[in-house]
Amino acid sequence: MAAACGRLVPRGAGIALPGRFFSLSGYRVSSGEKPPKFQPPPKPVIIDRKTRKEESRFLSPEFIPPRGRKDPLKYYIERKDMIQRRKVFNIPEFYVGSVLAVTTANPYASDKSNRFVGICIQRGGKGLGATFVLRNVIEDQGVEICYDLYSPRIQAIEVLKLEKRLDENLMYLRDALPEYSTFDVNMKPVPRMGHEEIPVNKVQVRMKPKPWSKRWERPKYNIKGIKFELPEHKMQAAQKWSQPWLEFDMLREYDTSKIEEKIRKELSEELGK
Amino acid sequence: MALLNRRIGLSLTHLNSAVIQRQFSITGACQAIQKLTRVRVVDNSTLGNTPYHRPPKCIHVYNKTGVGKVGDKILLAIKGEKKKALIVGHKMPGPTMTPKFDSNNVVLIEDNGNPIGTRIRTPIPYTLRRREGEFSKVLAIARNFV
Repeated sequence: MAAACGRLVPRGAGIALPGRFFSLSGYRVSSGEKPPKFQPPPKPVIIDRKTRKEESRFLSPEFIPPRGRKDPLKYYIERKDMIQRRKVFNIPEFYVGSVLAVTTANPYASDKSNRFVGICIQRGGKGLGATFVLRNVIEDQGVEICYDLYSPRIQAIEVLKLEKRLDENLMYLRDALPEYSTFDVNMKPVPRMGHEEIPVNKVQVRMKPKPWSKRWERPKYNIKGIKFELPEHKMQAAQKWSQPWLEFDMLREYDTSKIEEKIRKELSEELGK
Repeated sequence: MALLNRRIGLSLTHLNSAVIQRQFSITGACQAIQKLTRVRVVDNSTLGNTPYHRPPKCIHVYNKTGVGKVGDKILLAIKGEKKKALIVGHKMPGPTMTPKFDSNNVVLIEDNGNPIGTRIRTPIPYTLRRREGEFSKVLAIARNFV
Protein backbone atom coordinates (compact mmCIF):
# COMPACT_ATOMS: atom_id res chain seq x y z
CA MET A 1 0.00 0.00 0.00
CA ALA A 2 2.79 2.41 0.85
CA ALA A 3 4.56 1.37 -2.34
CA ALA A 4 1.64 2.56 -4.46
CA CYS A 5 1.93 6.15 -3.30
CA GLY A 6 5.61 6.80 -3.04
CA ARG A 7 6.40 9.17 -0.29
CA LEU A 8 3.25 8.95 1.74
CA VAL A 9 3.89 7.96 5.29
CA PRO A 10 1.87 4.91 6.43
CA ARG A 11 -0.68 5.56 9.13
CA GLY A 12 0.47 5.56 12.68
CA ALA A 13 4.15 5.87 11.87
CA GLY A 14 5.63 7.39 15.00
CA ILE A 15 6.54 10.84 13.73
CA ALA A 16 6.53 13.78 16.07
CA LEU A 17 2.95 15.05 16.37
CA PRO A 18 0.84 12.35 18.02
CA GLY A 19 -2.73 11.92 16.88
CA ARG A 20 -2.32 13.91 13.70
CA PHE A 21 -2.12 12.72 10.16
CA PHE A 22 -0.32 14.87 7.64
CA SER A 23 0.07 14.54 3.95
CA LEU A 24 3.34 15.54 2.39
CA SER A 25 1.58 17.19 -0.49
CA GLY A 26 0.82 20.06 1.84
CA TYR A 27 4.53 20.87 2.15
CA ARG A 28 5.06 21.99 -1.42
CA VAL A 29 3.90 25.55 -0.81
CA SER A 30 5.76 28.55 -2.15
CA SER A 31 5.51 31.80 -0.18
CA GLY A 32 2.75 33.90 -1.87
CA GLU A 33 0.36 31.30 -3.26
CA LYS A 34 -2.72 29.86 -1.66
CA PRO A 35 -2.19 26.43 -0.12
CA PRO A 36 -3.18 23.79 -2.68
CA LYS A 37 -6.36 21.85 -2.18
CA PHE A 38 -6.04 18.74 -0.13
CA GLN A 39 -5.46 15.79 -2.45
CA PRO A 40 -6.50 12.61 -0.75
CA PRO A 41 -4.07 9.78 -1.37
CA PRO A 42 -5.07 7.49 -4.26
CA LYS A 43 -7.03 4.45 -3.17
CA PRO A 44 -4.95 1.28 -3.18
CA VAL A 45 -5.95 -1.30 -5.75
CA ILE A 46 -6.22 -4.70 -4.09
CA ILE A 47 -6.03 -7.65 -6.45
CA ASP A 48 -7.31 -10.52 -4.37
CA ARG A 49 -5.76 -13.49 -6.04
CA LYS A 50 -6.89 -15.85 -3.32
CA THR A 51 -10.62 -15.18 -3.89
CA ARG A 52 -10.64 -16.30 -7.48
CA LYS A 53 -8.93 -19.54 -6.61
CA GLU A 54 -11.46 -20.33 -3.84
CA GLU A 55 -14.44 -19.80 -6.12
CA SER A 56 -13.06 -21.97 -8.85
CA ARG A 57 -12.33 -24.78 -6.38
CA PHE A 58 -16.01 -25.64 -5.88
CA LEU A 59 -17.54 -27.86 -8.53
CA SER A 60 -21.17 -28.88 -8.01
CA PRO A 61 -21.23 -32.67 -7.56
CA GLU A 62 -23.85 -33.28 -10.27
CA PHE A 63 -21.38 -32.23 -12.98
CA ILE A 64 -19.03 -35.11 -12.29
CA PRO A 65 -20.17 -38.07 -14.42
CA PRO A 66 -20.53 -41.38 -12.55
CA ARG A 67 -18.10 -44.23 -13.10
CA GLY A 68 -19.39 -46.37 -15.94
CA ARG A 69 -19.24 -47.24 -19.61
CA LYS A 70 -21.75 -44.74 -20.94
CA ASP A 71 -20.81 -42.54 -23.87
CA PRO A 72 -19.41 -39.26 -22.52
CA LEU A 73 -21.42 -37.50 -25.24
CA LYS A 74 -24.54 -37.95 -23.14
CA TYR A 75 -22.96 -36.16 -20.18
CA TYR A 76 -21.57 -33.46 -22.45
CA ILE A 77 -25.02 -32.70 -23.84
CA GLU A 78 -26.54 -32.67 -20.36
CA ARG A 79 -23.83 -30.32 -19.18
CA LYS A 80 -24.63 -27.91 -21.99
CA ASP A 81 -28.25 -27.81 -20.83
CA MET A 82 -27.19 -27.39 -17.21
CA ILE A 83 -24.95 -24.47 -18.15
CA GLN A 84 -27.83 -22.88 -20.09
CA ARG A 85 -30.01 -23.07 -17.02
CA ARG A 86 -27.28 -21.68 -14.79
CA LYS A 87 -26.87 -18.69 -17.05
CA VAL A 88 -30.48 -17.78 -16.56
CA PHE A 89 -30.90 -18.76 -12.93
CA ASN A 90 -28.32 -18.55 -10.17
CA ILE A 91 -27.73 -21.87 -8.38
CA PRO A 92 -25.53 -20.99 -5.40
CA GLU A 93 -22.81 -23.11 -3.91
CA PHE A 94 -24.08 -25.22 -1.03
CA TYR A 95 -23.22 -28.44 0.75
CA VAL A 96 -25.02 -31.11 2.71
CA GLY A 97 -25.63 -29.47 6.07
CA SER A 98 -26.29 -25.95 4.82
CA VAL A 99 -29.60 -24.28 5.52
CA LEU A 100 -31.41 -23.20 2.36
CA ALA A 101 -34.62 -21.34 1.54
CA VAL A 102 -36.24 -22.41 -1.73
CA THR A 103 -39.11 -20.53 -3.41
CA THR A 104 -41.05 -22.63 -5.92
CA ALA A 105 -43.91 -21.81 -8.24
CA ASN A 106 -47.06 -23.49 -7.03
CA PRO A 107 -50.44 -22.92 -8.70
CA TYR A 108 -52.26 -23.79 -5.48
CA ALA A 109 -50.37 -21.47 -3.16
CA SER A 110 -51.24 -17.89 -2.30
CA ASP A 111 -49.22 -15.56 -4.57
CA LYS A 112 -48.58 -18.64 -6.66
CA SER A 113 -45.22 -19.20 -4.91
CA ASN A 114 -44.22 -21.17 -1.87
CA ARG A 115 -41.13 -20.77 0.34
CA PHE A 116 -39.58 -23.66 2.28
CA VAL A 117 -36.62 -23.40 4.64
CA GLY A 118 -34.66 -26.46 5.65
CA ILE A 119 -31.32 -28.14 6.08
CA CYS A 120 -29.95 -30.02 3.09
CA ILE A 121 -29.63 -33.67 4.12
CA GLN A 122 -28.75 -35.25 0.79
CA ARG A 123 -27.62 -34.30 -2.70
CA GLY A 124 -28.35 -37.01 -5.21
CA GLY A 125 -28.56 -37.60 -8.93
CA LYS A 126 -26.22 -36.58 -11.72
CA GLY A 127 -26.74 -34.25 -14.63
CA LEU A 128 -30.10 -32.54 -15.07
CA GLY A 129 -31.79 -34.93 -12.65
CA ALA A 130 -29.78 -33.67 -9.71
CA THR A 131 -31.86 -33.39 -6.55
CA PHE A 132 -31.42 -32.17 -3.02
CA VAL A 133 -33.56 -32.94 0.01
CA LEU A 134 -34.41 -30.25 2.54
CA ARG A 135 -35.63 -31.16 6.00
CA ASN A 136 -37.32 -29.05 8.65
CA VAL A 137 -39.56 -29.61 11.64
CA ILE A 138 -42.72 -27.45 11.51
CA GLU A 139 -45.19 -27.58 14.41
CA ASP A 140 -43.58 -30.79 15.72
CA GLN A 141 -44.01 -32.48 12.36
CA GLY A 142 -40.89 -33.40 10.41
CA VAL A 143 -41.23 -32.46 6.73
CA GLU A 144 -38.80 -33.32 3.94
CA ILE A 145 -39.03 -32.06 0.38
CA CYS A 146 -36.92 -33.40 -2.47
CA TYR A 147 -36.29 -30.66 -5.06
CA ASP A 148 -34.96 -30.95 -8.60
CA LEU A 149 -32.03 -28.52 -8.86
CA TYR A 150 -32.70 -27.74 -12.51
CA SER A 151 -36.48 -27.64 -12.34
CA PRO A 152 -38.02 -24.57 -14.01
CA ARG A 153 -40.53 -24.42 -11.14
CA ILE A 154 -37.85 -23.22 -8.75
CA GLN A 155 -37.87 -19.43 -8.60
CA ALA A 156 -35.11 -18.78 -6.06
CA ILE A 157 -32.57 -20.70 -4.00
CA GLU A 158 -31.11 -18.75 -1.10
CA VAL A 159 -28.36 -20.08 1.14
CA LEU A 160 -29.14 -18.91 4.67
CA LYS A 161 -26.22 -20.67 6.34
CA LEU A 162 -23.36 -22.12 4.35
CA GLU A 163 -21.60 -24.87 6.23
CA LYS A 164 -20.54 -28.48 5.96
CA ARG A 165 -21.05 -31.36 8.33
CA LEU A 166 -18.94 -34.39 9.17
CA ASP A 167 -21.00 -36.63 6.85
CA GLU A 168 -22.09 -36.47 3.21
CA ASN A 169 -25.54 -37.82 4.04
CA LEU A 170 -27.60 -36.61 6.97
CA MET A 171 -30.47 -39.11 6.71
CA TYR A 172 -29.87 -39.99 10.36
CA LEU A 173 -31.49 -36.69 11.31
CA ARG A 174 -34.82 -38.51 10.91
CA ASP A 175 -33.94 -40.63 13.94
CA ALA A 176 -32.30 -37.82 15.86
CA LEU A 177 -33.99 -35.57 18.38
CA PRO A 178 -36.15 -33.01 16.57
CA GLU A 179 -34.14 -30.06 17.88
CA TYR A 180 -31.36 -30.88 15.40
CA SER A 181 -33.71 -30.54 12.43
CA THR A 182 -35.67 -27.45 13.51
CA PHE A 183 -34.82 -24.24 11.72
CA ASP A 184 -36.69 -20.96 11.99
CA VAL A 185 -38.68 -20.24 8.85
CA ASN A 186 -37.92 -16.52 9.12
CA MET A 187 -34.25 -17.05 9.75
CA LYS A 188 -31.94 -14.25 8.54
CA PRO A 189 -29.11 -15.27 6.23
CA VAL A 190 -25.87 -15.67 8.17
CA PRO A 191 -23.27 -13.38 6.56
CA ARG A 192 -20.21 -15.20 5.35
CA MET A 193 -16.92 -13.66 6.48
CA GLY A 194 -15.23 -12.78 3.22
CA HIS A 195 -13.92 -15.73 1.29
CA GLU A 196 -12.63 -18.09 3.90
CA GLU A 197 -12.83 -21.84 4.22
CA ILE A 198 -16.32 -23.32 4.43
CA PRO A 199 -16.92 -23.91 8.18
CA VAL A 200 -17.39 -27.55 9.21
CA ASN A 201 -20.02 -28.01 11.90
CA LYS A 202 -18.66 -30.78 14.12
CA VAL A 203 -21.87 -31.24 16.09
CA GLN A 204 -22.49 -34.72 17.50
CA VAL A 205 -26.18 -35.38 17.21
CA ARG A 206 -28.12 -37.17 19.96
CA MET A 207 -30.53 -39.81 18.77
CA LYS A 208 -33.98 -40.94 19.78
CA PRO A 209 -34.13 -44.38 21.38
CA LYS A 210 -33.76 -47.35 19.03
CA PRO A 211 -35.25 -48.73 16.72
CA TRP A 212 -33.98 -46.39 14.02
CA SER A 213 -34.87 -46.43 10.34
CA LYS A 214 -31.39 -47.74 9.56
CA ARG A 215 -28.72 -49.21 11.83
CA TRP A 216 -26.56 -46.12 11.78
CA GLU A 217 -23.93 -47.59 14.10
CA ARG A 218 -22.82 -50.05 11.40
CA PRO A 219 -19.54 -49.26 9.63
CA LYS A 220 -21.24 -49.37 6.20
CA TYR A 221 -22.70 -45.90 6.82
CA ASN A 222 -19.49 -44.59 8.33
CA ILE A 223 -21.24 -41.85 10.27
CA LYS A 224 -19.13 -39.48 12.28
CA GLY A 225 -21.78 -37.00 13.35
CA ILE A 226 -23.74 -39.11 15.86
CA LYS A 227 -23.05 -39.35 19.57
CA PHE A 228 -23.74 -43.04 20.03
CA GLU A 229 -24.94 -43.68 23.54
CA LEU A 230 -25.18 -47.42 22.95
CA PRO A 231 -23.50 -49.91 25.28
CA GLU A 232 -19.97 -50.93 24.32
CA HIS A 233 -20.88 -54.51 23.37
CA LYS A 234 -23.45 -53.27 20.86
CA MET A 235 -20.91 -51.00 19.19
CA GLN A 236 -18.46 -53.88 18.94
CA ALA A 237 -21.16 -56.23 17.62
CA ALA A 238 -21.85 -53.68 14.86
CA GLN A 239 -18.21 -53.93 13.74
CA LYS A 240 -18.93 -57.52 12.65
CA TRP A 241 -20.41 -56.02 9.47
CA SER A 242 -17.32 -54.05 8.61
CA GLN A 243 -15.72 -54.73 5.24
CA PRO A 244 -12.12 -53.56 5.67
CA TRP A 245 -11.10 -54.83 2.22
CA LEU A 246 -13.36 -52.33 0.44
CA GLU A 247 -10.92 -49.42 0.59
CA PHE A 248 -8.28 -51.53 -1.16
CA ASP A 249 -10.59 -52.72 -3.93
CA MET A 250 -9.02 -51.46 -7.15
CA LEU A 251 -12.09 -51.97 -9.28
CA ARG A 252 -13.94 -49.46 -7.14
CA GLU A 253 -11.32 -46.77 -7.58
CA TYR A 254 -12.53 -43.65 -9.35
CA ASP A 255 -10.11 -40.79 -9.58
CA THR A 256 -12.03 -37.72 -10.64
CA SER A 257 -9.26 -35.12 -10.49
CA LYS A 258 -8.56 -34.98 -14.25
CA ILE A 259 -12.24 -35.14 -15.17
CA GLU A 260 -12.95 -32.36 -12.68
CA GLU A 261 -10.26 -30.10 -14.12
CA LYS A 262 -11.67 -30.52 -17.61
CA ILE A 263 -15.20 -29.80 -16.48
CA ARG A 264 -14.07 -26.78 -14.48
CA LYS A 265 -12.35 -25.34 -17.51
CA GLU A 266 -15.42 -25.98 -19.63
CA LEU A 267 -17.69 -24.36 -17.04
CA SER A 268 -15.55 -21.27 -16.55
CA GLU A 269 -15.37 -20.75 -20.32
CA GLU A 270 -19.09 -21.16 -20.88
CA LEU A 271 -20.25 -19.19 -17.87
CA GLY A 272 -17.78 -16.43 -18.60
CA LYS A 273 -19.36 -15.76 -22.01
CA MET B 1 -46.79 -62.12 26.49
CA ALA B 2 -46.73 -59.73 23.57
CA LEU B 3 -49.91 -58.03 24.85
CA LEU B 4 -48.41 -57.51 28.33
CA ASN B 5 -45.26 -56.07 26.86
CA ARG B 6 -47.21 -53.75 24.58
CA ARG B 7 -49.23 -52.39 27.51
CA ILE B 8 -46.06 -51.68 29.50
CA GLY B 9 -44.43 -50.10 26.49
CA LEU B 10 -47.33 -47.79 25.64
CA SER B 11 -47.56 -46.43 29.19
CA LEU B 12 -44.06 -44.92 28.82
CA THR B 13 -45.41 -41.73 27.32
CA HIS B 14 -42.47 -39.53 28.32
CA LEU B 15 -39.13 -41.00 27.31
CA ASN B 16 -36.64 -39.07 29.41
CA SER B 17 -33.34 -40.82 29.10
CA ALA B 18 -31.75 -41.35 25.75
CA VAL B 19 -31.39 -45.12 26.07
CA ILE B 20 -34.64 -46.90 26.90
CA GLN B 21 -34.86 -50.32 25.35
CA ARG B 22 -38.34 -51.04 24.10
CA GLN B 23 -39.48 -54.50 25.08
CA PHE B 24 -41.48 -55.25 21.96
CA SER B 25 -40.67 -55.15 18.30
CA ILE B 26 -42.47 -52.64 16.13
CA THR B 27 -42.62 -53.24 12.43
CA GLY B 28 -41.18 -50.29 10.49
CA ALA B 29 -44.02 -48.03 9.38
CA CYS B 30 -45.15 -49.06 5.93
CA GLN B 31 -44.80 -46.72 3.03
CA ALA B 32 -48.22 -45.43 1.99
CA ILE B 33 -51.40 -46.16 3.89
CA GLN B 34 -53.14 -49.49 3.55
CA LYS B 35 -55.16 -51.84 5.75
CA LEU B 36 -53.86 -52.15 9.29
CA THR B 37 -51.53 -49.13 9.13
CA ARG B 38 -51.35 -47.20 12.34
CA VAL B 39 -52.05 -43.54 11.62
CA ARG B 40 -51.78 -40.29 13.49
CA VAL B 41 -54.83 -38.06 13.79
CA VAL B 42 -53.73 -34.45 13.43
CA ASP B 43 -56.87 -32.41 14.05
CA ASN B 44 -58.10 -31.29 17.46
CA SER B 45 -61.14 -33.56 17.68
CA THR B 46 -61.81 -35.32 21.00
CA LEU B 47 -62.05 -38.69 19.28
CA GLY B 48 -58.62 -38.28 17.77
CA ASN B 49 -56.87 -36.91 20.83
CA THR B 50 -58.14 -38.92 23.81
CA PRO B 51 -55.61 -41.63 24.69
CA TYR B 52 -56.60 -45.23 24.14
CA HIS B 53 -54.69 -48.46 24.60
CA ARG B 54 -54.71 -49.13 20.84
CA PRO B 55 -53.53 -46.70 18.17
CA PRO B 56 -56.00 -45.74 15.40
CA LYS B 57 -55.69 -48.21 12.51
CA CYS B 58 -56.83 -48.12 8.93
CA ILE B 59 -59.28 -50.90 8.07
CA HIS B 60 -60.28 -49.96 4.53
CA VAL B 61 -59.04 -47.68 1.77
CA TYR B 62 -61.65 -46.19 -0.59
CA ASN B 63 -59.56 -46.71 -3.68
CA LYS B 64 -59.29 -49.09 -6.61
CA THR B 65 -55.88 -50.18 -5.32
CA GLY B 66 -55.80 -50.79 -1.60
CA VAL B 67 -53.06 -48.20 -1.14
CA GLY B 68 -53.94 -44.73 0.08
CA LYS B 69 -51.97 -41.60 -0.80
CA VAL B 70 -52.56 -37.93 0.03
CA GLY B 71 -56.17 -37.02 -0.66
CA ASP B 72 -57.63 -40.51 -0.34
CA LYS B 73 -60.40 -41.41 2.06
CA ILE B 74 -59.97 -44.32 4.44
CA LEU B 75 -61.93 -46.03 7.19
CA LEU B 76 -60.33 -45.90 10.61
CA ALA B 77 -60.92 -47.96 13.70
CA ILE B 78 -60.58 -45.56 16.67
CA LYS B 79 -61.62 -46.32 20.25
CA GLY B 80 -63.73 -49.22 19.14
CA GLU B 81 -65.66 -47.22 16.54
CA LYS B 82 -65.41 -46.86 12.79
CA LYS B 83 -64.76 -43.40 11.39
CA LYS B 84 -63.88 -42.10 7.97
CA ALA B 85 -60.72 -40.08 7.55
CA LEU B 86 -58.78 -38.16 4.92
CA ILE B 87 -55.06 -38.78 4.38
CA VAL B 88 -53.08 -35.54 4.56
CA GLY B 89 -49.53 -36.85 4.55
CA HIS B 90 -47.59 -40.08 4.58
CA LYS B 91 -44.07 -41.36 5.12
CA MET B 92 -43.75 -42.64 1.57
CA PRO B 93 -41.78 -40.29 -0.70
CA GLY B 94 -44.04 -38.99 -3.44
CA PRO B 95 -43.28 -37.06 -6.64
CA THR B 96 -40.43 -34.54 -6.40
CA MET B 97 -41.36 -31.10 -5.01
CA THR B 98 -44.07 -32.68 -2.82
CA PRO B 99 -43.50 -32.88 0.92
CA LYS B 100 -42.83 -36.14 2.74
CA PHE B 101 -43.84 -36.29 6.36
CA ASP B 102 -42.32 -38.17 9.27
CA SER B 103 -45.65 -39.74 10.22
CA ASN B 104 -48.81 -40.90 8.46
CA ASN B 105 -51.20 -38.02 9.09
CA VAL B 106 -54.94 -38.24 8.87
CA VAL B 107 -57.92 -35.90 9.48
CA LEU B 108 -61.18 -37.33 10.83
CA ILE B 109 -64.13 -36.74 8.57
CA GLU B 110 -67.88 -37.41 8.45
CA ASP B 111 -69.54 -39.33 5.62
CA ASN B 112 -70.49 -36.10 3.85
CA GLY B 113 -66.93 -34.76 4.02
CA ASN B 114 -67.23 -32.39 7.00
CA PRO B 115 -64.26 -32.53 9.35
CA ILE B 116 -64.97 -33.38 12.97
CA GLY B 117 -62.23 -31.21 14.47
CA THR B 118 -62.04 -27.44 14.26
CA ARG B 119 -58.34 -26.81 13.71
CA ILE B 120 -55.39 -28.53 12.04
CA ARG B 121 -52.03 -27.34 13.29
CA THR B 122 -49.70 -29.67 11.38
CA PRO B 123 -48.67 -28.58 7.87
CA ILE B 124 -50.82 -29.83 4.98
CA PRO B 125 -49.49 -30.28 1.43
CA TYR B 126 -50.66 -27.79 -1.19
CA THR B 127 -51.62 -30.64 -3.52
CA LEU B 128 -54.87 -31.05 -1.59
CA ARG B 129 -56.01 -27.72 -2.97
CA ARG B 130 -56.43 -29.26 -6.38
CA ARG B 131 -59.64 -30.88 -5.16
CA GLU B 132 -60.92 -27.67 -3.63
CA GLY B 133 -64.54 -28.73 -4.10
CA GLU B 134 -64.42 -31.94 -2.08
CA PHE B 135 -62.06 -30.80 0.65
CA SER B 136 -62.98 -27.14 1.00
CA LYS B 137 -64.05 -27.51 4.63
CA VAL B 138 -60.89 -29.41 5.60
CA LEU B 139 -58.71 -26.83 3.85
CA ALA B 140 -60.58 -24.07 5.63
CA ILE B 141 -59.61 -25.38 9.07
CA ALA B 142 -55.97 -25.98 8.10
CA ARG B 143 -53.46 -23.46 9.43
CA ASN B 144 -50.15 -24.01 7.66
CA PHE B 145 -49.50 -25.33 4.21
CA VAL B 146 -46.27 -26.79 2.92
